[in-house]
Amino acid sequence: MTRVGVVTFPGSLDDGDARRAVRLAGADPVRLWHGDADLQGVDAVVLPGGFSYGDYLRCGAIAALSPIMTEVVAAADRGTPVLGICNGFQMLTEAHLLPGGLVRNDHGAFVCRDQRLRVERTGTAWTNAFEQDEEIVVPLKNGEGGFTADADTIARLEGDGRVVFRYLDVDPNGSVNRIAGIANERGNVVGLMPHPEHAVEPGFGPDTPAAMRSGVDGLRIFRSALQALLAA
Amino acid sequence: MPVIVVEVMPKAELLDPQGKAVAGALHRLGRTAFGGVRVGKRFELTVEGPVTDAVLAEAREVAESLLANLVIEDVVGVRELTTAELEDRLDAEVGA
Amino acid sequence: MTSEAPSVHVDSVEAAAATPEREQPYAALGLTDDEYARVRELLGRRPTSGELAMYSVMWSEHCSYKSSKKYLRRFGEKVTPKMREHLMVGMGQNAGVVDIGRGWAVTFKVESHNHPSYIEPFQGAATGVGGIVRDIIAMGARPVAVMDQLRFGDIEEADTLRVVHGVVAGIAHYGNCLGLPNIGGETVFDAVYQGNPLVNALAVGVLKHEDLRLANATGTGNKVVLFGARTGGDGIGGASILASDTFSAGGPTKRPAVQVGDPFAEKVLIECCLELFSGGYVEAIQDLGAAGISCATSELAANGDGGMKVDLDKVLLRDPTLTAEEILMSESQERMMAVVRPDQLEGFLAVTARWDVETSVLGEVTDTGRLEITWRGETIVDVDPTTVAVDGPVYDRPVARPAGLDALQADTAAALPRPVDGGAMRDQLLAVLASPSLASPGWITDQYDRYVLGNTALSFPDDGGMIRVDEESGLGVAIATDANGRYCALDPRIGAQLALSEAYRNVAVTGATPLAVTDCLNFGAPTNPEVMWQLSEAVDGLADACLALEVPVTGGNVSLYNQTGTTAIHPTPVVGVLGVIDDVADRIPSGWQDDGLNLYLLGTTALELDGSAWAGVVHDHLGGRPPAPRLEAERDLAGLLAAAAEEGLVSAAHDLGEGGLAQTLAEGVLRFGVGARVWLGDVVERDDVDAATALFSESTARVLVAVPREEDVKFVGLCAGRRVPALRIGVTDAESGELEVQDRFTIGIDALRAAFEGTLPAHLGPRVGA
Repeated sequence: MTRVGVVTFPGSLDDGDARRAVRLAGADPVRLWHGDADLQGVDAVVLPGGFSYGDYLRCGAIAALSPIMTEVVAAADRGTPVLGICNGFQMLTEAHLLPGGLVRNDHGAFVCRDQRLRVERTGTAWTNAFEQDEEIVVPLKNGEGGFTADADTIARLEGDGRVVFRYLDVDPNGSVNRIAGIANERGNVVGLMPHPEHAVEPGFGPDTPAAMRSGVDGLRIFRSALQALLAA
Repeated sequence: MPVIVVEVMPKAELLDPQGKAVAGALHRLGRTAFGGVRVGKRFELTVEGPVTDAVLAEAREVAESLLANLVIEDVVGVRELTTAELEDRLDAEVGA
Repeated sequence: MTSEAPSVHVDSVEAAAATPEREQPYAALGLTDDEYARVRELLGRRPTSGELAMYSVMWSEHCSYKSSKKYLRRFGEKVTPKMREHLMVGMGQNAGVVDIGRGWAVTFKVESHNHPSYIEPFQGAATGVGGIVRDIIAMGARPVAVMDQLRFGDIEEADTLRVVHGVVAGIAHYGNCLGLPNIGGETVFDAVYQGNPLVNALAVGVLKHEDLRLANATGTGNKVVLFGARTGGDGIGGASILASDTFSAGGPTKRPAVQVGDPFAEKVLIECCLELFSGGYVEAIQDLGAAGISCATSELAANGDGGMKVDLDKVLLRDPTLTAEEILMSESQERMMAVVRPDQLEGFLAVTARWDVETSVLGEVTDTGRLEITWRGETIVDVDPTTVAVDGPVYDRPVARPAGLDALQADTAAALPRPVDGGAMRDQLLAVLASPSLASPGWITDQYDRYVLGNTALSFPDDGGMIRVDEESGLGVAIATDANGRYCALDPRIGAQLALSEAYRNVAVTGATPLAVTDCLNFGAPTNPEVMWQLSEAVDGLADACLALEVPVTGGNVSLYNQTGTTAIHPTPVVGVLGVIDDVADRIPSGWQDDGLNLYLLGTTALELDGSAWAGVVHDHLGGRPPAPRLEAERDLAGLLAAAAEEGLVSAAHDLGEGGLAQTLAEGVLRFGVGARVWLGDVVERDDVDAATALFSESTARVLVAVPREEDVKFVGLCAGRRVPALRIGVTDAESGELEVQDRFTIGIDALRAAFEGTLPAHLGPRVGA
């Protein structure tokens, strides 16, 4: 069975939920510890959401210096699928696996809402199970979710089709060009601010017109990784 | 012991929501003498031994690689605290 | 100038015995002459400064419950065997624990942090969350959810905004950083809370039966270990008096009275504690909250074998200049105290090291029956811990029925003009819907994470929060809280019963079966006989109602002195009810999504507008007598709803409370944006009330349910069988885009939404996405 590692840092909050998502997607979740420079041979890695190190210094900054991160960087270079969710996305930018940075939401507050997104790049390890331009709903919850980068970087991301998810309808945090998630050049590393692991199980996801809390759009992000690995 | 102060500010071209919020609060309080506010960070690094050029250079390196994320921030100051500033700091610690 | 620790004379037990005549600043520390005399009597000498510090904090109202203990005992007295059936831990420990089946137990409690939240709203509220969560951890449980009950002053006042912004940001920051979903609560704006906002925080934890831990230090020779954050000068404003008393170098120190919280430290502490528990390294555990080390040591010792020896020098300090008294009184956050067997100590320390949690062995459990604390080699505390923690003063304060109450109760809202014209009814519905206390708290709840841990089956805006406990079976718990200061001002006994009724009913409408109660009693000053009368009445009323509904009080909190000058707040007992559901998949939403569902009003309506939201909003009126509690009817209703949930007979259930049927209909429509068409004629006729009363009365034991046509016959039969009055009053309409009250008025969903969601953003700032 495919093994997907989920790293726990001090202050990680959604690691358990990420493991559940991996399990529901049909893979074997593996607990990885920040202090061990050891990925235990997993096939893919998830850096989960949370407030690692209390967001001290900068979100994800200290976590990005953990022993396990050298292994994550090496694995990413080898083409291993790596997903950074929220705080995990912040770690990926701090570790320079992804460009740009995340800053405080423009309105200054923490916001938790069911966010509409458009999937703009299906050719990544984490989005191949979606249709091009498919619109999905995934919970978003953070205070420092504003994606930013200099004009050249933004132009490059847009031009190369590396914007993977874009915010629709409501702009929840002032991200440049409403960018919700991006990929590296190769497409194996993806970072996004919304939390797909909170839209994987009927009864516990966003409301849909069909039924309360029935949204499970996030599940296919995890299923995509399995598909990518099988195809590799 | 000597202390080096490092100051980090958000990049000028970026929106500074904290600064904006503080400015809004100032204006609500009637403090119209002040236009804008920008919020940054100040780090105080205690140095073992004297502050040489090499030490200052290392402080700047540390500032640019760890204390600031140059994608979103600038290091706007790296300097040693003066003797007078050091004394004020100690006074504040003990007496206050 | 140096930063060495100042040299102080250690006020040892020996020194105290030798200097009986020494003046001590006991009054400045909050002890009365009698209390100070009692301490001297207990010790047979004057207390040392350290002992004085301990007694002064532990005998404070907040820690000793000295003015309320006499009344709180009634909760324990009015208990039936059935109420004890599921109760694993009752009042007296850090939190109550209830057996919910399948080997699982749940612990929950609500607490206040009112005064600090007025002084420093952000930190006051944040540390309030931190404190209640630590109480939950101390039972051996994993915290899984939080809720908060907020009462602010007039929303038009600038100072109210100061408090609201700080409190909400503080709760959000701390709760979100801990990774605990905020699954509900309440927000009220009333000028009566202007100088005395109420910030109550509730936490829920889950555990397997065998994980239960208590705060009893037993086992002579077992180690007493302090771990978590270092001890600093947080919250020791009072202790500075002592510091200046004993300081020999320099002048008095200025120490902060506020506690500052670090949720990251607490998150690490949670994970560390859970690992310690599962490793079997902990015999007993206590969290450090009010009165810090003084409280933890005396309570652990008093509850256990009675003896403990502690070396205060071993306490890891953030501030090396703290005196012994300050260390004893410090309220630094994120600290726990454990009792550990000597052979388990190494394992314990290995776990704390792994999580980078600082740890210090302070001493050990003894069999002397004394709590002895040393500092700099001298004994500075030698007391019987039960005199500190358990047998504090118990007061029987004077009680007097408020002089103006008769007149207030005679001033019934039934005399106020009620709308007859449909247009006026429409306007008044919108006014009530848009009033700050009844408007959508979305501006607030959007700042709370409700998803983390992936087990939230229900949260705002539904009536209760619901958490899945067992992923295999779907076993879950529902929690709801309620209070109504207006009702309690009119009649605290009935008002308290109504708070329980409402919380009980809110649990019932989720489909869960109510099982246990927690309460936070927010009142004015105990030196005010009218306040004491209110407290006595409220406790009595609540105890009687708990007995009638057979749900026990498992623990709670009392907050007194909520008054500015001589003006006390309305008596505001907050009641939390916890219920169990076999499978969270059976839970019932509070609003409907489908077209063509039948809307049934369960229960009967009487002319009961006294203390209502309608009376307050439309006529600025508070007078009369609150609605009559109907406890038997609430029980029947709860039984019906649990059965209906299990059989899947209802699509939605929303209780009727403040704002009556009008508010419930509006909220039902707004939940998913699906309209409805209702008629009042049948209610008016059967219950002999006019249309306005049908809309705005706040009669109890009523619920609005939406029933699919195919379940209609079964549902009606179920109601008849359980003697619950059920009247069909409407149908849902997914096409209309409006709420139509036939022959009276129609309101478009957009207009309803604008009224409901516009109020808080208009005062507090834009809401994202609005």
